Amino acid sequence: MTQNTFTATFSSGGRESSALQRLLWNFTDTLVVMRRNLYAYQRQPELIVFATIQPVIFLLLFTYVFGGAIRFSTGGDYINFLLPGIIIQTILFASANTTVGLAVDLSRGIIDRFRSLPMSRAAVLAGRTSADTLRGLFTVLIMIVAGYIIGFRFEDLGSGLAGLALAVAFGYAVTWISATIGLFVKDPEAAQVAGFIWLFPLTFASSIFVPTQTMTEQWLRTFAENQPVSVIANTVRDLMTGTVNPDEIVLSLLWIAGIVAVFLPMAVWRYARVASR
Amino acid sequence: MNNNHAIIAENVVKHFGDIKALDGVSIAGETGKVLGLLGPNGAGKTTLVRILATLLKPDSGVVSVGGIDVLRHKQQVREIIGLAGQNAAVDEILTGRENLFMVGRLYHMPRRDANMRARELLEQFSLTEAGDRPVKTYSGGMRRRLDLAASIVARPSVLFLDEPTTGLDARARIAMWETIRELVSDGTTLLLTTQYLEEADELADRIVVIDHGHVIAEGTADQLKANMAADFIDITVADPAQTASASTLLSPLSTETPQIDDLRGHVVLAVDSGAQRIAEVVRLLDSQDIHIAELNLRRPTLNEVFLSITGEAIVEEEAKPKRRGPFRRRSA
Repeated sequence: MTQNTFTATFSSGGRESSALQRLLWNFTDTLVVMRRNLYAYQRQPELIVFATIQPVIFLLLFTYVFGGAIRFSTGGDYINFLLPGIIIQTILFASANTTVGLAVDLSRGIIDRFRSLPMSRAAVLAGRTSADTLRGLFTVLIMIVAGYIIGFRFEDLGSGLAGLALAVAFGYAVTWISATIGLFVKDPEAAQVAGFIWLFPLTFASSIFVPTQTMTEQWLRTFAENQPVSVIANTVRDLMTGTVNPDEIVLSLLWIAGIVAVFLPMAVWRYARVASR
Repeated sequence: MNNNHAIIAENVVKHFGDIKALDGVSIAGETGKVLGLLGPNGAGKTTLVRILATLLKPDSGVVSVGGIDVLRHKQQVREIIGLAGQNAAVDEILTGRENLFMVGRLYHMPRRDANMRARELLEQFSLTEAGDRPVKTYSGGMRRRLDLAASIVARPSVLFLDEPTTGLDARARIAMWETIRELVSDGTTLLLTTQYLEEADELADRIVVIDHGHVIAEGTADQLKANMAADFIDITVADPAQTASASTLLSPLSTETPQIDDLRGHVVLAVDSGAQRIAEVVRLLDSQDIHIAELNLRRPTLNEVFLSITGEAIVEEEAKPKRRGPFRRRSA
C-alpha cells in the first residue's frame, strides 16, 4: 500500500521540469487543444456553413444594394473597396466564437479539467484562439472566391497575400480580446451577446464599409479614422489594391502587437483564477 | 509533512463575499484510503475539493497533497492528482476514445502510450463499444464513467471525486460504486464527496461530516454511529390506529421521544442496549393486546447520525416522498 504512492507513470512525477521542456509543452499542448476545437468545426459543418453564408450575404447586399449609392463617395469600383473591408468584418465577427466557446467550456466543467492537468496554462486559450483564427481564415478564403466571382481582383498577388496575412494576424489578436471577455462573462447565453456587442461600433464606425470622410459628425470621424479597425482595414485595402505604404503597415503591426501584449496576459491571468460557477 | 496522509487540509478558510464557504476546515486523508466528505448541498464540499485540486486559492490555511504544498507547487500537484467533478467534464463532440487520448496527451504522454491507455480505459470502464461514438450520444452513466476514466489516465496517486453519482439512477449508482471500489483497491488515495449517506457508508474508510463550512463530526461509519450510543428498534404494529398508544406505552424504554408514523403503524425507539429491551417491548405490547406486524433491532443510519449532530435531517432527493396528501376542502 505504501509503494507506488507518489509516482505517476508518464508524467515527471512531481519534479520540476526543465525550462526548455516546458516551452515545448506550451507548443504541443496548444496543438492538442487546437485539434480538439477544430474537430468541433469539422463535425458540426453547419457551424462553418452559416458562418460562411452570413458574410457572403453581407458582401452581396452591400455590393448590390448600397454599392450604387456608395460608388460616388469611393471613386472606383465599390467591390474593390468593400471586399477587403468585409474580410476584416468577417474576421472580427468570427472572433465572437472564442467568447462563446470558452464560456461553454467553462459552464460544462471542461476548463476545470484542463486546469487540473499539468499542462501549459496558456495552451487552452491559445488552442482556442488559433483554432478560431484558422476558421476565420477559411471563411475569408471563401469570401475571396465569392468576391472574384462578382468582379473583385487583387492588383498584385504578392501584396494581396500580404494584406490577407495582416488581416488574419489582426483577427488572431482580436481573439485574445474575445477570450478575455469569455472568461469574464462565463455564462454561454450572455456570451452570445457579449461576444458581439462590442464589435458593432468598432465595425461600423470604421472605414470597413464607407470612407470615413463621409462621416459628418467630427467626433465620430476622429474616432473612426484612428481606431485600429480602420487602420487595419485601410492597410489591408491598400495592400490588396496594390499600394504598399510602409508607415501604415508599421502602425498596423504595432496595433496587433499591442492588443496581444495587453490581452494575452490578461486572459491567461483570468484563466488561472476563473471558477466555473 | 506527514507521510501517512496524502491529503491534508489545515484550518482552511474560504469566503465568497459574505458567504463563508469554508470556515476553518481541517481534514486528513490517510494514504491509500478512502476519505468520505459528507454533507448536504452548500456545505462547502466542492469548495474544499477545488482548493485541494489546485483550482481555487483559499483565503488562509495549509493544504498539501501527496506531501506537496498545493499553494506553492500547483503544477507538481497536478502531476499526481486526478479530478472528476460534479458535471461530467468531457467533450461532447469528441468520441470517448478521443477524449481519453487528448487527456493523455495533455499529461504529456507519447502518442502511442496515450492511445494504448485510452484503449485500456475504455475496456476497463465497459465503453469499448461506444468508444468511437461522439460523447453526445452517451447516457448519463456512460458520461460519468468516461469522466472517471479521464481522471485516472495518468494513474494518479491521489484522486478527487466530487459527487460522482449525483444524478445517476440507482442501477448506474451501484455500478459506479463497484468501479470506484476497484479503482482504489490498488492503493490510490481517494477523497470522495457525497450527499448520499449510503454512499459514504459503502465506500469510505473514514468519514468527515461537513456542514456550513465546518467539520461537525469525523470517524469511521461505525464510530459515527457508535457516538450515538444507541440501538434502534423499529416496530410496526398490525393496526395503525394503535400507533399512538403503542408509542405512549413504549416511550419509557426509549432514550429519545419515539418517532412515529401513524399511517404505516411505525414506531422507532432509541435504546441503550437493544437486545435486552426487545423482550420488554414484546411483553408490554402483548399486555395491551397490540399486535406486532414487524420488529427489527438495528444500528442507527447515517441519516440519524446527521440528524443527531446537526439537529437537521439531510434531505435526500431520492428518498423525499412526493407530497400527495388529500386536498383539504376549504369551508365556505
